[in-house]
Amino acid sequence: MSHLQLDQAQIDRARESARRIARQVFEEMSQFTTTTVERATVRLLGVDGVDENQVPLPNRLVSHLQAQGLLQHGAAPVLAAAMQATGQTAQQIAQAVAAGTLTLTKPHDTTAAVAAAEALARSMCERIASQRSYRDEQIKAVGEGPTPWLYLIVATGNIYEDVAQARAAAEQGADIIAVIRSTGQSLLDYVPYGATTEGFGGTYATQENFRLMRAALDEVGAKVKRYIRLTNYCSGLCMPEIAAMGAMERLDMMLNDSMYGIIFRDINMKRTFIDQFFSRMVNAYAGIIINTGEDNYLTTADAFEAAHTVLASQLINEQFAYISGLKPEQMGLGHAFEIHPELENGFLWELAHAQLVRQVFPDAALKYMPPTKHMTGNIFKGQVQDTLFNIVSTVTQQNIHLLGMMTEAIHTPFIQDRFLAIQNAKYVFGTMKDLHSEIEFKSGGLIETRAQTVLAETESILAEIEGMGLPAAISKGTFAEISRTPTGGKGLDGVITKAADYYNPFPQLMLSGDQ
Amino acid sequence: MSETATNDTTTAAANANTERPPEQWVKAYGDTLNDGRVQMSFTLPVPLDELSKEGAKQLALSMGLEEPAVVHAEDMGQGFSFFIVYGQCKHRVDLSRLKISKPEFEVLDKDGINALIAKKMKRRMVVVGACIETDAHTVGIDAIMNMKGFNGHKGLESYHEIRAINMGAQVDSEDLVARVIEEKADVILVSQIVTQKNIHLDNLTKLSDLLEAEGLRDKVILVVGGPRISHELAKELGYDAGFGTKSYAEDVASFAIHEWSKRHAA
Repeated sequence: MSHLQLDQAQIDRARESARRIARQVFEEMSQFTTTTVERATVRLLGVDGVDENQVPLPNRLVSHLQAQGLLQHGAAPVLAAAMQATGQTAQQIAQAVAAGTLTLTKPHDTTAAVAAAEALARSMCERIASQRSYRDEQIKAVGEGPTPWLYLIVATGNIYEDVAQARAAAEQGADIIAVIRSTGQSLLDYVPYGATTEGFGGTYATQENFRLMRAALDEVGAKVKRYIRLTNYCSGLCMPEIAAMGAMERLDMMLNDSMYGIIFRDINMKRTFIDQFFSRMVNAYAGIIINTGEDNYLTTADAFEAAHTVLASQLINEQFAYISGLKPEQMGLGHAFEIHPELENGFLWELAHAQLVRQVFPDAALKYMPPTKHMTGNIFKGQVQDTLFNIVSTVTQQNIHLLGMMTEAIHTPFIQDRFLAIQNAKYVFGTMKDLHSEIEFKSGGLIETRAQTVLAETESILAEIEGMGLPAAISKGTFAEISRTPTGGKGLDGVITKAADYYNPFPQLMLSGDQ
Repeated sequence: MSETATNDTTTAAANANTERPPEQWVKAYGDTLNDGRVQMSFTLPVPLDELSKEGAKQLALSMGLEEPAVVHAEDMGQGFSFFIVYGQCKHRVDLSRLKISKPEFEVLDKDGINALIAKKMKRRMVVVGACIETDAHTVGIDAIMNMKGFNGHKGLESYHEIRAINMGAQVDSEDLVARVIEEKADVILVSQIVTQKNIHLDNLTKLSDLLEAEGLRDKVILVVGGPRISHELAKELGYDAGFGTKSYAEDVASFAIHEWSKRHAA
């Protein structure tokens, strides 16, 4: 499509603002680690499983280190030193700590401990890199669907039922399967263990569930001659651990926003900023595409009036992503089709926003979310709303297309709801395949003017956020009209100030860019 | 028609009670009165073939659809098939015999509500709201409580005679009750949006049991809202009122002040 006339200098200024905003937060936060960052680290060094009370061993080990006053030095060197001293594996050390038969102490030889931790980390990085190249080979071998990729959610609560539904969805045309998590999980300060068959509004994210779904999607992908991408939720109080598990089990996408947990789950700001950095770094290294959650702003704020907050947040999310080593094609920046259906010319404003985002982030894997807020029990109208959404998506060349369900306002989707949604999207994407290259926007017209207005508002709000700093902006309710304070929210007790000799082997290995 | 006998008894009963309104039988309508035409769609967990198509038709017959026609059938893969069926529903209902349970109160506008609270309570009304337990979806509670409201209907936060506290999503019933005690709340507003296997019923029952156990049930006005909630269901679950879709802040606030006034009439 012929592009909207946008002021590139204005885009650059907005992006520069966002860069300084993210950089300031990153620098303030680099003096801290968190309990879940350290748990992710010991998971990556080989600790897994649960004790007799179903408490994960990574939690037992990290709590022990905290009780011993060792966590501020970093879990990795302490664990590596203990492994060297005893000749045991990381798992055996964790089991002994949990059993109360081993008390960990500060390494005598710090240099040796650091070297040992680095060697262990290196072998995990090799394992993750091999998963990454396996994915690349699979995509070459079996192929992949054209964009917009059809993204479908399964959420039965039972991983085996999810597998059956995901297989059916892939056969019907889905390119991406997202397993929605049990609604309580984001607030759990541990990751459940093993295959699970009960959940509420979704299925628990566990490493075993990841493995089961991955195997099923590989199998059905080979059958339908399309690599089926697997998505989960790298959010909540255990972002880094979920990232570690996803990297090991070859997930392809992760919901992973820099601010979502703060705003929508009332998780402490510091905790989230620290956790998002580490989790995104792991995702970046594993070749995982992150999905950001700006669409959610529009479920509370008005989609027309708050459009600039979405773009501002995307620019901030982009800069946090760069700091963690993500490449533009790994950035599934999110936005949504949520303008009130009764608003005159609402479709034009949706088109303007989607095209604006496309042009501001030309290389990003944009994630476009369907209408939810204004969906009603009128499923017939809902199917039309979803059709309009499908049109905007193909005309503005979005990449990741979350399928709208006509029963959105009623229940978690039935199997036929997904079937009809895929049919609708395929029809629109097929019949309008090249429309985007055939039409152009009227210069100075309603759509172009709207996009220019939103861009100008974005530049100005970013300048404002930069002036006060991101934490203050969030406290003011800038995003989604929800206010959160720096010392409020859950998980602040898991934030730990690093000692001068703190060491974690992964940032250096994963950010070196030699993948 | 085969229902004649039943009709006679109904008529006799109606005659005995002179206040009974005249019968008002209705059937589904397609394009001719009493044609009973309905549509439906469903999935069968078997692949599509002649047998499953016949199965779909028989299922429709068992549901009371005469002359069912499977107008569309499609295989969905993995052993599932999808059907769209039209038929003539033989059932009918007498609207005159039905009783609808709905909260009876006059819906006032924002100014009217503020004035009534000021007059009756002589202090601000305290409303605590939350999506309880597993529910993470705040769109409903936000629509009623937040300043902005929904569809041009301002939320409770904008009412100067109401102190509106929105606790947000996934609030434990225990935490909600603790807050209710702390704030001396007059009204509790809970929202249940997303439901899977009817988990919302367990959540709602848990809260009302907890209030009962704390001896608070009679002291507060307990209201629930959500797309799957009806007033009747709310009453069954031990709530004072239930609000479904197309309810706004003024509906909830009008009920609350009406109910408060009723309880404090003496």
